[in-house]
Amino acid sequence: MTDTALAIEARPSRVSKFGKWFRSDLRGAISLIFLSILVVMSALAPWISPYSPLAQDFDATLAPMSAAHWLGADDLGRDTLSRLIYGGTASLYASFLAVFVAILIGVPVGLVAGYLGGWVDEIISRIIDSFLSFPAIVLAIAVTGALGIGLTNGMISVGIVFAPQLARLVRARTLVVRHELYVDSARCFGASTSRILWRHVLPNTIQPVIVQVTLLLAGALLAEASLSFLGLGIQPPNASWGAMLARAYQNMEISPEQMYPPGLAILFTALAFNALGESMRVALDPTMKRR
Amino acid sequence: MFQSRKSSIIVRRLLQAIPVIVLSTFIVFGLLKLVPGDVAVTLAGDNASDARIAEIRHIYGLDRPFLVQYGSWLWKAVHGDLSSSLVSSESVLSSIERCLPHTMLIVVLAMLLALAIGIPLGIAAASRPGSWTDSFVMTIASLGVAIPNFWLGMLLVAFFSLDLNWLPATGATPISEDFWDAIRHAILPACALAAGGVAEVARQLRSSLVEILSSQQVRTLHAKGLRPSSILWRHGLKNVSVNLLTVISLLFNRMLAATVVVEAVFAIPGMGNLIVNGAIHRDFPVVQGVVFSMVLIVVTLNLLTDVLYSILDPRIS
Repeated sequence: MTDTALAIEARPSRVSKFGKWFRSDLRGAISLIFLSILVVMSALAPWISPYSPLAQDFDATLAPMSAAHWLGADDLGRDTLSRLIYGGTASLYASFLAVFVAILIGVPVGLVAGYLGGWVDEIISRIIDSFLSFPAIVLAIAVTGALGIGLTNGMISVGIVFAPQLARLVRARTLVVRHELYVDSARCFGASTSRILWRHVLPNTIQPVIVQVTLLLAGALLAEASLSFLGLGIQPPNASWGAMLARAYQNMEISPEQMYPPGLAILFTALAFNALGESMRVALDPTMKRR
Repeated sequence: MFQSRKSSIIVRRLLQAIPVIVLSTFIVFGLLKLVPGDVAVTLAGDNASDARIAEIRHIYGLDRPFLVQYGSWLWKAVHGDLSSSLVSSESVLSSIERCLPHTMLIVVLAMLLALAIGIPLGIAAASRPGSWTDSFVMTIASLGVAIPNFWLGMLLVAFFSLDLNWLPATGATPISEDFWDAIRHAILPACALAAGGVAEVARQLRSSLVEILSSQQVRTLHAKGLRPSSILWRHGLKNVSVNLLTVISLLFNRMLAATVVVEAVFAIPGMGNLIVNGAIHRDFPVVQGVVFSMVLIVVTLNLLTDVLYSILDPRIS
């Protein structure tokens, strides 16, 4: 009975907490709404886009904005709005894939290095340093060249390149957490190393990781756009925002307005990811509240 | 006594850089191991003759153990032999010698622009935190980080080359042939590349200046009646100038990466062009050569920054 009472009491307070954050941090809230709409639109792409992204209308090649084609059409007469929506699906999928790979590699490596310390930490840290001295996109291009060209391979490469950043962050945080009393007591109770890492260390390192992951999503989005622009990412006839820009660039002298929709889409989405990351950093870090 | 401590710091930094350099070369060579299937067959491409496959196998010594392959590749690389292109059979080193100056010209020009614009913006924002100027500068900085460099390049071409016809849209001139023409070609790409740099310099400078200007030490100076401008110049900037070194070396790394895409927009025959074509045609010696030379440049620069840092900042020991 007391449990139910607590649950009922806890619920409105969480909602009102959210509402308070919403009002106090308008920029973060707008970013969150924008990104949510984007994700929903991407998921519903087949139902909301006016045309198929591959359907060609040869009467409309490089058409300007009109009632039939709200954002015009590309050089093959494909509807720009439809390609923008489908391209968003590809670009978002690519960003999440890259960051997922980065988490999958970076978090365990950082945990192990920080928790075990000693020569293991020394070796892993030097490897992280080495990876960080590569210009990111250049290494991603090289890895894509090795794995083979394509959106999935390209974003796995970006994930591999981003992983050391996360690993370094998790390592630094783990170094602090591993000497906390609750970790020592878990060890005294005979918990295995993997259980300590999973149940006690990881939950306490997660906050800065969430912030960094949000910022990395912006980086991954820009990386996808770069790789696809260079022809190393998504392959024709499929659309992503970067690939649309490459197409628009080839026809820039005839129809310069084609380069605005995908470019603005990338800019706003990257801005939103960055703003959301900054908001979370402030919200999660009590020492920054005073500013 | 003081001198010898400084030099021992420098020696220690040099020694610390060695494992990073060795590991980096290992990563560069290890890229080959990511190629799926039989490396020689994949790299030779479709319809390759058996002789061609055997030749590639010989170039990489693929029949030998991995560490031996790596050792012989590294031995040749440090002697300047980066093998030759599988497509054009031009020596990779001479391709790099041809392409690197174009890339460096853009990166250096972009760096100068980033400092020339970013430093005043950062100072303006920090001298009155919370003001309109401050939020304006911070907005510019957020935009600079989020805008895709190559899209900015396209916008610049559309406006300055196609509409106004002021500057050439594409191509590059070697700086050794015609200095001013080379600069003219490099201005737009450098502007496109500088956006992120301006943002980074302004942000970093602002945050470290704000921190110093709100410190106890500066409050004492205010109490002593010093003019705010002289506090800013004498005490604020002197203290943060060292931080700028770190920002510069970090930016250099980022710009080397971003230039790859910007070069594609402006059709500049630089390192980006080289590595992208190499990746598309699976021309692996070229890809490895470009990555190798870039990482060498970055590591050298980081080392130089560390050494300068320990010379300039007396607190480091």
